[in-house]
Amino acid sequence: MSKPEKLIENGIRLDGRKPDELRPIKIEVGVLNRADGSCYFEFGGNKVIAAVYGPREVHPRHQQKSNSAVVRYRYNMASFSVEDRKRPGPDRRSIEVSKVSREALEPVIFQEYFPRSAIDIFVEVLQADAGTRTAGINAASIALADAGIPMKSLISACAVGKIDDTLVLDLNKDEDNYGQADMPIAMTPDGRITLIQMDGNLKRDEFREGLEMAKVGCMAIHEMQKAALMEKYSAQIEGENNE
Amino acid sequence: MDKKLVIPGEFLSDDPSLADEGTYVEDNKVFSTVFGIASFKNQIRVVPLSGKYIPKPGDLIIGVIKEVTYSNWIVDIRSPYDGLLHISEFPRRIENNEMSKYLNIGVSIMALVSDVDANMKVELTLNDQRLRQIKEGRIIEVTPSKVPRFIGRSGSMIAMVKNETKCNIFIGQNGRIWITGRDNDMQLAINSLLKIEKETHISGLTDRITNFLKEQKGEKVQVKHPQKKPKTTAEDKIEPMPVEEKIEESKEKPESEGILDELLGNEK
Repeated sequence: MSKPEKLIENGIRLDGRKPDELRPIKIEVGVLNRADGSCYFEFGGNKVIAAVYGPREVHPRHQQKSNSAVVRYRYNMASFSVEDRKRPGPDRRSIEVSKVSREALEPVIFQEYFPRSAIDIFVEVLQADAGTRTAGINAASIALADAGIPMKSLISACAVGKIDDTLVLDLNKDEDNYGQADMPIAMTPDGRITLIQMDGNLKRDEFREGLEMAKVGCMAIHEMQKAALMEKYSAQIEGENNE
Repeated sequence: MDKKLVIPGEFLSDDPSLADEGTYVEDNKVFSTVFGIASFKNQIRVVPLSGKYIPKPGDLIIGVIKEVTYSNWIVDIRSPYDGLLHISEFPRRIENNEMSKYLNIGVSIMALVSDVDANMKVELTLNDQRLRQIKEGRIIEVTPSKVPRFIGRSGSMIAMVKNETKCNIFIGQNGRIWITGRDNDMQLAINSLLKIEKETHISGLTDRITNFLKEQKGEKVQVKHPQKKPKTTAEDKIEPMPVEEKIEESKEKPESEGILDELLGNEK
């Protein structure tokens, strides 16, 4: 797609959303039997799957910490996740995303409960449509809870950006490519930020306003994360009643 | 109801003195640390719905020998940490080079966690009347955090299953369950235990398991219809692990002839 003339017209974006509207979200908890915790997360066109293993023994041995667990996060895009085949394997970008995502989750995990062990988080992007790191963090946080790992809270993440001089929540691919700024943010439900990055430029006022928009978005996502976790166990109750 | 399904970070109380397992205190408020079932009886505690076994001293567990070293057996205890069984913790004095004659790789044992240090070095012992090598029967694995629910209040659940299936059942704190009995009985016991595993969080568990066992044995289920409430929220139906299940008083302890009961010092 070449650059559209206008990304936003009369307060309606290309995909029909309002500036402060999130893309539709679908969450499924416990989709992998082998993993200790798992989650499938759809965020508009993004489809990611997160798996959590652990706490478990650390291999290689030298990585282990004697007084706390190590958290390892692997973000990986499938070769078919984007239009042009993505060369498989870790690259500069995915190593960076892995690092910042890990650091977005570490502050809430009670690592000191599990000395000499590892908590492994794997995030696979099956389909990408801008905002995969936020989708990955949302998914990973649910998968961690599903694995029974003690945490201070869940982490929710979403992006704000600027297109045609308008602040918008949760950019999609075209808005990301042709917009002026993209700022992914992850936070706890009480508003403590664990990840913030920015690509492009925002004025000071726009930054402040954008932060508030992201906060509202994250709260909405947090509610959906909570509902999805609850759903896992109420679904079984319903199944029982139908017998 | 004083039980509730909670997620990490959910607010539980304003009184920090009530905080117990599965919670943390911040700004004098109590929050949940895990995704699990919170109970508000006396103290506030949250029992996770999943998670690994973390050993603590005094736990009776079932382990599998995975390595024999010069003076230790290294034991898989279904935890991030290995169990160490020192040669001196074997009930008899044996020579170092004969260790694998007594307990070889792959052998299952009932063991007692004697000590866990700050580095999570887990020491096991077999020096106890109740402990032994497991030579017969079957072992199944369940979620360790659900173990209290399998046992029930003062052993009511497990006593019921034992009674109904005529099997001997030992539940290790690490979520391994050892069952001995006749083949059919063992299968029945396993089925009912797996049913418990699946439905831990739904209330009225003991009644349902009793009925399930009766059904399976082809007996008529006494019509004690579960009050089918119109759809209620998930929270309403959830019970925590140590439940105050009303167990029919009429039940008598099975006359145990099994070695397991003797070993465990179960009253007859």
